[in-house]
Amino acid sequence: MAAAATAQPSHRRLPLFAAVLRSEFCKLRSVRSSIWALLAAVVFNVAAGALLAIFLPGALSAQDKAAIDATRVSLGGLHLSQLAIGLLGVLVITSEYGTGMIRATLAAVPQRRLMLVAKTTVFAATALTTGIAACFAAYFAFQAFLPSGDSMRTSLSDPGVLRAVTGGGLYLTLLGLFGLGLGTVIRSSAGAVATLFGVLFVPSLIMTLLPQSWQDTIGPYLPLQAGETIYTVQQQTGTLGPWAGFGVFSLYAAGALAAGFLLIRHRDA
Amino acid sequence: MIEAAGLSKRYGPTVAVDDLSFTVPPGQVTGFLGPNGAGKSTTMRLILGLDAPTSGTVTVNGRPYATYHRPLFQAGALLEASAAHGGRSAYNHLLCLALSNGIGRARVSEVLGLVGLRTVARRRTGGFSLGMSQRLGIAAALLGDPPVLLFDEPVTGLDPDGVVWIRNLLKSLAAEGRTVFLSSHLMSEMSMTADRLIIIGRGRLIAQASIEDFLGGGPGSYVRVRSPQGDALATLLKAQGATVDGQPDGTLRITGATPGAVGELARANDITLAELSAHQASLEERYMELTKDSADYRTAGDALVPGGK
Repeated sequence: MAAAATAQPSHRRLPLFAAVLRSEFCKLRSVRSSIWALLAAVVFNVAAGALLAIFLPGALSAQDKAAIDATRVSLGGLHLSQLAIGLLGVLVITSEYGTGMIRATLAAVPQRRLMLVAKTTVFAATALTTGIAACFAAYFAFQAFLPSGDSMRTSLSDPGVLRAVTGGGLYLTLLGLFGLGLGTVIRSSAGAVATLFGVLFVPSLIMTLLPQSWQDTIGPYLPLQAGETIYTVQQQTGTLGPWAGFGVFSLYAAGALAAGFLLIRHRDA
Repeated sequence: MIEAAGLSKRYGPTVAVDDLSFTVPPGQVTGFLGPNGAGKSTTMRLILGLDAPTSGTVTVNGRPYATYHRPLFQAGALLEASAAHGGRSAYNHLLCLALSNGIGRARVSEVLGLVGLRTVARRRTGGFSLGMSQRLGIAAALLGDPPVLLFDEPVTGLDPDGVVWIRNLLKSLAAEGRTVFLSSHLMSEMSMTADRLIIIGRGRLIAQASIEDFLGGGPGSYVRVRSPQGDALATLLKAQGATVDGQPDGTLRITGATPGAVGELARANDITLAELSAHQASLEERYMELTKDSADYRTAGDALVPGGK
């Protein structure tokens, strides 16, 4: 066989983790579903920001405009883009289990936890970059399409605005990481997607059936309610502060990732 | 070199691999033979550290596979044809695996050429035929140019050209001094490819021998002779301790003497031979004979398929 100088490591000095990072980045960028999900997140954000800026001013009274959280409105696309990023976070790992690729992956990198950390790092960096870019794009699209002199116009230097716009990107990233953690634990795409969106959306629905005092006590700690504080400028009463809420939201993602990290080591692949 | 010692794997109440000890030496094609569900694929996964053994150990080049950094330089494996994301191109699939072990793009192109996939390298693997997927899996196994290669049912789904190609590839890899471990349930394929056999049934070792020893040892081997002086020859042979059975078609079936010895005996005694041939038991015959005592596993075996094919 043409054996081979070419089979020798071309990056002999590259530490193992760096090599695995490159491998995981290669995986992420080389399937179309990743590109589509990331593109969808940007398009949803920008389109929603622009459309809301075009149609909302005419539909709202001056009083409504004064009461509204205009920055959060400009990030209205997050309601859609979170689906794309959450789905991508799940698929990054479950597609490997679903296709059998995981066996090729683990045969190439038997250090499973190292592989999972590399995968998580690559996804987090990609989601953060895309998420922050998508939120700033949405914010500026909203400002650009508002009629000049509209009272909903804000500036990044206004209190809380820069934090909220950046926070939209942080929120997307953590939501995707929550999906990645659940995907590692559950391993099936359908099961993990259903669990992710179930855990995000269903508790809020159930809460409405519960006594008010329960809602007040538990409500702020539910994932969606805790998570949305980071991209909100005008905090509602009875919610957590932006960073406290974001901290709680991060705990959900951290919990799922930790469970995956514990399980992946010894499970049969 | 692959060495297993007391290897066992249980999935709940099911014993997939049961106290298996064997050695796969370098420089030969070692066939791993057994019916569906006998534990072949499980054993392959145990070798690669994909599944953890319930007890026992298995090493590749002296160390458990999972302890290697950049293990593609130690062993390459074709485990299942479809172990690729269908949305990724063949080139990118191999590149992603290669990068994790620090292998460069030049080698990726090279292995694509070796397996004959260069023209479809940019196509997504979801559209590949089974044969193309097998070639892709083999390309992945060759990435690190490793001294140990494992192939789980590599000829499945290949057309006759592909089968011949794989057979020659395996033999040339072994001739280069590599350890080649080939699992199959196709005995005809094994008899043409393997130098050595490891046979398992129901997760247990049944036999481990070179293919000559394996085929030569049993009662299925004999020398067939046709001679106008058959009776005289039979008497001489019996006097030398061979067993001779006259067949209805007038030939003699001789066991306990080599064809050379029979020919020499005939010449020395001026006996004419019209036909002299060695008959070896087929692998299939020997296999059936060896496993007939293993009770009911031929039927029960198919039910024992945790993760099997």
